[in-house]
Amino acid sequence: MNIIIAGCGKMGTALTRILVKEGHDITVIDSIPRKANDLINNFDVQGICGNAADSDVLEEANVGKADLFIAFTASDELNMLACFFARHLGAKHTIARIRNTDYNDQSNTFIKQTLNLSMTLNPDQMAAQQMFNILKLPSAMQIETFSNRNIEMIQIKLKPNSPLLEMSLSEIRKRYKVPFLVCTVERGDEVYIPDGSFVLRAGDTVGIVSSPADIQKLLKKFDLLQKQARSIMIMGGSRAAYYLAKKLSFIGNSVKIIDKDAARCRDIAALLPSISVVHGDGTHQELLYEEGIRSMDAFIALTGTDEENILLSVFASSIGVPTVISKVNSEELSRIAARLGLDCVISPTKAVTDLVTRYVRAMDTTAGSKIETLYRVAGDKAEALEFMVSADFRGKEIPLKDLQLKKNTLIAGIVRDRKTIIPAGSDCILPGDSVIVISAGHHYRTLSDIIK
Amino acid sequence: MNRRMILYMPMQIIKVQALVMLLPAAISFFYREPCAWSFVICAAAALAFAFLAGWLIHPENKTIYAKEGFVIVALTWVLMSILGAVPFVLSGEIPRFVDALFETVSGFTTTGASILRDVERMSRGLLFWRSLTHWLGGMGILVFFMAIVNISDRPIHIMRAEMPGPIVGKLAPKARETAKILYMIYIALTLLEIIFLKVGGMSLFDASVHAMATAGTGGFGIKNDSVAGYSPYLQWVITVFMLLFGINFNIYFLLLMRNFRAVRSSGELWAYGGIFISATAVIALNLRGIYHSTSELIRQSAFQVSSVMTTTGFSTADFDRWPGLSKAVLLFLMLIGACAGSTAGGLKISRVLILLKAIHREFTKMLHPRSVTVLRLEGKTLDEDVISNTLTYFVIYCIITGGCFLLICLDKFNLETAVSATVACFNNIGPAFGAAGPAQNYAAFSDFSKLVLSAAMLLGRLEIFPLLLALSPVTWIKK
Repeated sequence: MNIIIAGCGKMGTALTRILVKEGHDITVIDSIPRKANDLINNFDVQGICGNAADSDVLEEANVGKADLFIAFTASDELNMLACFFARHLGAKHTIARIRNTDYNDQSNTFIKQTLNLSMTLNPDQMAAQQMFNILKLPSAMQIETFSNRNIEMIQIKLKPNSPLLEMSLSEIRKRYKVPFLVCTVERGDEVYIPDGSFVLRAGDTVGIVSSPADIQKLLKKFDLLQKQARSIMIMGGSRAAYYLAKKLSFIGNSVKIIDKDAARCRDIAALLPSISVVHGDGTHQELLYEEGIRSMDAFIALTGTDEENILLSVFASSIGVPTVISKVNSEELSRIAARLGLDCVISPTKAVTDLVTRYVRAMDTTAGSKIETLYRVAGDKAEALEFMVSADFRGKEIPLKDLQLKKNTLIAGIVRDRKTIIPAGSDCILPGDSVIVISAGHHYRTLSDIIK
Repeated sequence: MNRRMILYMPMQIIKVQALVMLLPAAISFFYREPCAWSFVICAAAALAFAFLAGWLIHPENKTIYAKEGFVIVALTWVLMSILGAVPFVLSGEIPRFVDALFETVSGFTTTGASILRDVERMSRGLLFWRSLTHWLGGMGILVFFMAIVNISDRPIHIMRAEMPGPIVGKLAPKARETAKILYMIYIALTLLEIIFLKVGGMSLFDASVHAMATAGTGGFGIKNDSVAGYSPYLQWVITVFMLLFGINFNIYFLLLMRNFRAVRSSGELWAYGGIFISATAVIALNLRGIYHSTSELIRQSAFQVSSVMTTTGFSTADFDRWPGLSKAVLLFLMLIGACAGSTAGGLKISRVLILLKAIHREFTKMLHPRSVTVLRLEGKTLDEDVISNTLTYFVIYCIITGGCFLLICLDKFNLETAVSATVACFNNIGPAFGAAGPAQNYAAFSDFSKLVLSAAMLLGRLEIFPLLLALSPVTWIKK
């Protein structure tokens, strides 16, 4: 497909990398020549230097032939305007990143309708939602939800004393009697889609699919259940912090935000009267002790710089805060953060790119079972996909044990009439089901692709 | 540095070249010439070698950066010149390897300088091969390969290194699509010329050979008097097509996209037309006494101007015998060349425009030290990097011209021959003045001079940097 990406910042670059790998024709637009040039040098894309809301620039990017126009510039207003023009000049779909909180209340629907946008993206809000999920279930490193929360995938790291070691997966399943499926295992740099004979080791990061209620039971049996976080310290008064604090205080948690900018502190205090806001520099340990970091259930680093977030999180883990979450946008730095022992790293960029990738793949599918949800899991080396099964699916009504699936592909869950089925060999897929597929090394567009 | 990829890519190109060699082989078989077997043997050996070597060094990691791009292009061009020379030697028609190498380099770099004293005695397969090297070298063999397969995740670096001009842009988001579009235009224009020449009474063989030599702006003829013996109609056809192939191919793409406004506002295109008309006019006025009919006067001057400024190098007259002013104009045209993004050589008009604009800016700066000026070309602001790169390029261009000239002076020729031969080879024109004039050839030069001129031709075609970077130790030292 022909895709135009306006704005070559962190997110524009990350998205370009993924969409080029999926084989699309990408044209990038940026007003700074150096940024556009960097992308031309690193990916097989066309680059245009100019203002994304200038109709001449859009024409030069051949916007009339574009299937999708994505605006990722720093300014919300420019994104809206560029998408509006692109749509008028013939782009079939438009996606704008809109971050300002003013535009993300009821007015969001109005903007989408008036400008004819296919989707608006608010990375901060998406990141806040992910962090919120983790805080509700603090033993998990990452939680992905599917099909209206009827099914979830959590990732946990196995400690040396874990009861799951030295047993094959089929033995584990027999022992615990709760329906669940281990669908990814990350060991070092490798990712496995395991079968029943796979044996887990200490240090593995495993992805488990089950219904939310069963996940609670499982974690209890695995001795992994931590109590929900009640008192939370957030470092940095960014937009993501605002969204998160709003959600947390709504369900009655005590939240404390620390920021070094006095004006920003005042703004947040005005917006969220029920939380406590502290003006001070979070890099001073004295301040953190004074504000009671030792007694906190969770510490969340949400400042604007990845490096600062990593360092603050390392410090918080070292003094024993039970749950530490850090926001790290850059892919390289996330890997370093993992090496420093930070298990819980949330990246707004990843949340956005996953969503757009899902959208693009669904656009690319004219018939058949479309993708409803897509998450990159296990260090981005595997994908968890949710499909809505249509009547033309090739493998419908065939028991799973008779389906010839492609390598490294696993059917991890079926949701039928709001009931979660963790499939065994005798289960079938029926039209109308939602199916969760875990795969490594494939880019599936429709459900029929998974069959050999 | 990805050394495996640097060795692997040339092997891929050798495979392509070996397959392409089967084309002249087929023509030789058709005309029942003995040289057919030399193509077949050469192609088979090259294929076997390239497959073995390619299998041994198959790279896992195909990532390349700017540095690898330059080295790959340089290495590919050197290897394919050596391979291309083999059929000449095997067939015995150019027995000495240095001569054959000179001829092949001259072909691939679209120079058209020949060491053959009697072209008409050559067999048709080899004549076809000579013209085919022009055609492949004109648009670039790596770009050709790029149109067929995906070669890397960052193909822009190879494209930039092989395609001439200060700014190499893409016509489509993917490099492969861009390469396809370029070759489509190239093939279409070549076929069009073949048709026009065929209509004018040329045989199909002559028409294709001349069309390929025009398309690459090469200039290998198959007659001892180049194209002087053909009818005025054919000479006009070649004049027009030489000019067409000297135009930036982006212009054709814009025409296909019906973006006429951008075509009209192309500064380089206007300058190109302006230079052609004024140079033709000056030479026509200067030659009034020599040619008596006006139509011949205009045809002769237009043909020579078109041939020299597009760096093709066909001739219909022995311009070595023209008066000094005409020769001086031709010498300047050799240096300037045609548009960037075409198959022509020389400095390129867009570079000359950038240089003139930069000079103008420096003058303005001296008069108004606080003035801020931004240079624009084709309606776009020029990046300061492009300007400084162009200035550097011009300095290196002058240094290499000077260096080659000194080395050629070691030979026994006079100053005019040495200067013009250096300029004509380095800018990929072919015929020069004096002992290397259109009625002469390069056979009389010493082996050393031939090697120096071959290097100059490669440097000129690849626009200096790839070869220099491949030879400089800094590229190879691991740090």
